Amino acid sequence: MKRRNGPLFWLGMGVLSVIFIGPLLLVLLTAFKSQSESRTVPPTYFPSEWSLRAFDVLFFQDAASPVLRWFLNSMAAATMHAALVLVVCSLAGYALARMEFRFKKAIFGAIILTLFVPGFIFLMPNFLLLDKLGWLDQIWALVVPGAAGAFGVFFMRQFFMGLPKELEESARLDGAGPFRTWWSIVLPNARPALVTLGVLSYLANWNDFIWPIYVLFSPERLTLPAGLSRLQGAYTIDYPVVMAGAMLAAIPVLALYVFVQRYVIEGVASSGVKG
Amino acid sequence: MAVTTTQPTRPPSGATPAPGGRRSRGATSGIHGSRWTPYLFLSPFLLLFITFVAVPGLLGIWISLHDWDFLLPNKPFVGGQNYADLFDSGSPQFEPFWNGMKATGIFVVISVPFLVVLPLLLAILLNRRFPGRTFFRAVFFAPFVLGVAVVGLMWRYLLDPSFGMVNGVLSALGLPGDTAWTTEQPWAWISLAAVTVWWTIGFNAVIYLAGLADIPAEHYEAAEIDGATAWQKLRYITIPGLRPVLVFVVVTTVLASANMFGQSYLITKGGPGDSTRTAIMEITDLGLSQYRMGQASAMSYVLAVFLALVSLVNVWALREKKS
Repeated sequence: MKRRNGPLFWLGMGVLSVIFIGPLLLVLLTAFKSQSESRTVPPTYFPSEWSLRAFDVLFFQDAASPVLRWFLNSMAAATMHAALVLVVCSLAGYALARMEFRFKKAIFGAIILTLFVPGFIFLMPNFLLLDKLGWLDQIWALVVPGAAGAFGVFFMRQFFMGLPKELEESARLDGAGPFRTWWSIVLPNARPALVTLGVLSYLANWNDFIWPIYVLFSPERLTLPAGLSRLQGAYTIDYPVVMAGAMLAAIPVLALYVFVQRYVIEGVASSGVKG
Repeated sequence: MAVTTTQPTRPPSGATPAPGGRRSRGATSGIHGSRWTPYLFLSPFLLLFITFVAVPGLLGIWISLHDWDFLLPNKPFVGGQNYADLFDSGSPQFEPFWNGMKATGIFVVISVPFLVVLPLLLAILLNRRFPGRTFFRAVFFAPFVLGVAVVGLMWRYLLDPSFGMVNGVLSALGLPGDTAWTTEQPWAWISLAAVTVWWTIGFNAVIYLAGLADIPAEHYEAAEIDGATAWQKLRYITIPGLRPVLVFVVVTTVLASANMFGQSYLITKGGPGDSTRTAIMEITDLGLSQYRMGQASAMSYVLAVFLALVSLVNVWALREKKS
């Protein structure tokens, strides 16, 4: 551990960085190529002629593929989903961390148990439930069912249990009820956990693929990942257009990640060590 | 996960209720809410949980006991027939189901060793002290924040056998540049495993890093004084120190690989032939495209039981052995 890191170490770091970032840059460059240049052998890396054709096609040319609409659908679904997760999980997590009540252990045990049940079990029955609720092909199909996952409740409970009790005790002595205590004392102190859970929920929802491709049908209702996979269905794939679309899906989450990477990484790390 | 979840939950549930709980119910109960307060806090989540987790978990079993065609009004009860069909080589479900199970099994076997070992090496590298450590950690983790749709579409293009840049770079380096990465075996499996490593290496690496941080530096210092080699330090300090984390990583990685769907849906489209058509692809295609939900539900429960058994075997095989 105390050894100096020699040139070999830095060469390794450089090679690894190229492996992880290089493919993303190649794809970004492809979005600025003509369709024929995207299929040349050997491939070019930089576009010989920079072209915005792919973005023009992506945004304006194809009425059957309303990509901007998909982008907004994805934004709306992920935002509402993250908000819903934060509300229900910080309420339930607080009750499980701080309150005593009958069946607490049974309720908590049932929630934890589902952490071990694979998600594909719920695909068919939830599809039927959404049908009964009239939520198929609706944004609610993306927003609501996923918020019932056990991870968020468990995550918030663990955080609340680590908070010092003195703050809540003094709020109680000042006459604050449990809801006020939760809202004005506990939540402001839980900001790091809320940011982490909110961002992880947002990312998971934005990136979700298997669920939207089966519960959404109308072209104007699709999310970006579901829509992009349909763009690929064409006989000859217009790769610059598909790559431009992939970058449209990638750049918002990469930008979000740049700002909150500490929260994302620490949230993931804690899922292994604490949970 | 079983190993780690239980530990932090135990002390509070054992220790706090007596002093904290009783006081709040006694002296200040009027101010501090009624006995229904906890249920009010829980109710929004429980409503969702019951509707979209508890009920569907049982409804799925009910569906699997019927010839449940979503598009037909009649859904006749067939008992265990859907399950029996999966084990009867004469039934039409037998071949596609076990082809999917085989594909899932192959992917687990070829991807998990790399998904467990390479992130560990990366974590050991990142655990050294050097300037820019946080930056490189963020770089290597970055692909994980992308969705499988982005990852699948971009690698489908980069791995294209004729004009893809992977072959382009290889031939520029003087290596064979005509490999059929997505259309021939074993290259299709190698591609899917490699893309999955590229995509998710940061996830396991970050979990390992958190585990490495808990190994006391004095252990390494003592080993260095004793003249231990790098391999000996890995074998006798790092790996034993990481054991609980390692169990978590192996179990969750096996489950994640067994859930593989998007990569082969987008990159190989289940091909060549049906060779990369995984069990999840078979289940979703049968249940959510063809709407034959009874058979698809039966498949999903059989797969779930398989995965539960595999997880138990993993936990058992990786348990701490008393010597």
